[in-house]
Amino acid sequence: MRAIYKRELDSYFHSMIGYVFIAFFLAFTGVYFMAYNLNYGYPIFSYVLSSLVFILLIAIPVLTMKSFSEDRKSRTDQLLLTAPVSLGQIVMGKYLAMETVYLIPSLVFCLYPLVIKMQGNAYLLTDYCGILMFFLMGCVFISIGMFLSSLTESQIIAAISSFGVLLVLYLWDGILGFLPSSALLNLIILLVLLSLVSVLVWHITGNLVIAGVLELFFLAAGIIVYAVDSSLYENLLPDVLGKLDLTAPLTDVVASSLLDTGSIILYLSVIGLFIFLTMQSIQKRRWS
Amino acid sequence: MIEVRNLVKYYGDHMAVDHLNFTIQKGQIYGFLGPNGAGKSTTMNIMTGYLGATEGQILINGHDILAEPYKAKRDIGYLPEQPPLYMDMTVLEYLKFVAALKLIDKSIKSAQLDQVISLVRLEPVKNRLIKNLSKGYRQRVGLAGALIGFPEIIILDEPTVGLDPQQIIEIRQLIRGLAKDHTVILSSHILSEVREVCDHIMIIYQGKLVASDTPENLEQKMQGNETIELLVKGSPRGYFLDILQKRASSAPPGQHPDHSGGYFPGAHLFRVLPEQ
Repeated sequence: MRAIYKRELDSYFHSMIGYVFIAFFLAFTGVYFMAYNLNYGYPIFSYVLSSLVFILLIAIPVLTMKSFSEDRKSRTDQLLLTAPVSLGQIVMGKYLAMETVYLIPSLVFCLYPLVIKMQGNAYLLTDYCGILMFFLMGCVFISIGMFLSSLTESQIIAAISSFGVLLVLYLWDGILGFLPSSALLNLIILLVLLSLVSVLVWHITGNLVIAGVLELFFLAAGIIVYAVDSSLYENLLPDVLGKLDLTAPLTDVVASSLLDTGSIILYLSVIGLFIFLTMQSIQKRRWS
Repeated sequence: MIEVRNLVKYYGDHMAVDHLNFTIQKGQIYGFLGPNGAGKSTTMNIMTGYLGATEGQILINGHDILAEPYKAKRDIGYLPEQPPLYMDMTVLEYLKFVAALKLIDKSIKSAQLDQVISLVRLEPVKNRLIKNLSKGYRQRVGLAGALIGFPEIIILDEPTVGLDPQQIIEIRQLIRGLAKDHTVILSSHILSEVREVCDHIMIIYQGKLVASDTPENLEQKMQGNETIELLVKGSPRGYFLDILQKRASSAPPGQHPDHSGGYFPGAHLFRVLPEQ
């Protein structure tokens, strides 16, 4: 794993990507820092970070696009997959290399609260918690971008699809605002989603009976619960999906100095999920 | 050394490898011969653990490539059809990376790198970026990568494709030299190449193993199998039959002419067939 990690990290700094990524990030940080903290005299650096999330949407795909698609295109995946290293080590080596590149601007961020402190009052704990959450959020985005890169041979497609997915996550809260709150509509949407699951089961197993029984079970369970207590469905989807809002933890730190361990667990779980999916997508290609 | 048992590979509905069975013994050069698309590369990719098989099993020194990939892969050096090179690295950086990837012990690493570089004659280009190298040198860098660690089994997929005649001769000599301590498997669609280099030829056609023997034995089997077809026009057929029969009696035993009648008006087709 060390060999792969080292090679990946070197490749970011052999080409311009690593430097451009860091410079791009730090330049925008400087602009926002100057505007919010120096010009307006607002003493919390985390505020700058919440504006930087949008920059993250552009910068992360640039970092992740080549991670697996380039290997596939240049056939170097043959070297990695026939060497005595496990697939998990390959994926982790690449993932940690990207995280390391991303860690560099994050470490530079740690200096800004000190600059604020030199000028007067600073809220160091809030700021360092904010930097931690911002770093973890970026790691989640990197794992998503890495997964999308493992699906395609084209770096361009990997970058654009990563940007699209990250944009949806960024706008998540606003999108959820369009979901209805009434119990009946929530029931209907839920049943449609569960029916899609049944169709998926049918597609994967090819067994109509299992899928049919599953569908009937979903319908019966959904309707019975509705008949017993329809208030359970009120605001169900916005509530459940709202829990998956990946930018909310940073907003909590910035707006109310609140650090929730639940959100750290959410971040780590999403990272784990996408590392797993990356491995599965590579395995699938080997076996199909 | 290598055992391939009942190997089947489907790409969608297309059957690329069709129930392949063979065993490879130590210390010889094996040649996979077959036209393009016969399943040579697919077989090699499965043998090295790059692809999974639909059915069947591969044992490398008794280790299943899927169940014990670590132990199996350590014994294999593989040069795929397109050498897997990182264009942004220098030759030396690349070989160091491959050595680290193959978990070569640090104490012997630099000595081994020197040995491989001199063996493949990469000395003059070792500090150049791979993307600036010619095709021949890139092929050699790929070969050097496969040789690092000096694994017992070296698998080369069309190692001489795209090289000039001088380079082809060099690579062949190199492969011959390797056979002293290694088992080499190479693939090619050129008969003369395989015949010249290999101790044992395996002919693959449409995913099946159609012949497997030493070049001498294969030639022996093929000998006398030539058919000569004559299409003769104009004269009465008995006249030609007589001539052919006379010639056949002076020809090596085992050949006899066969008259198969006229396909064209006024023409007669004769075949000189082996006596089997």
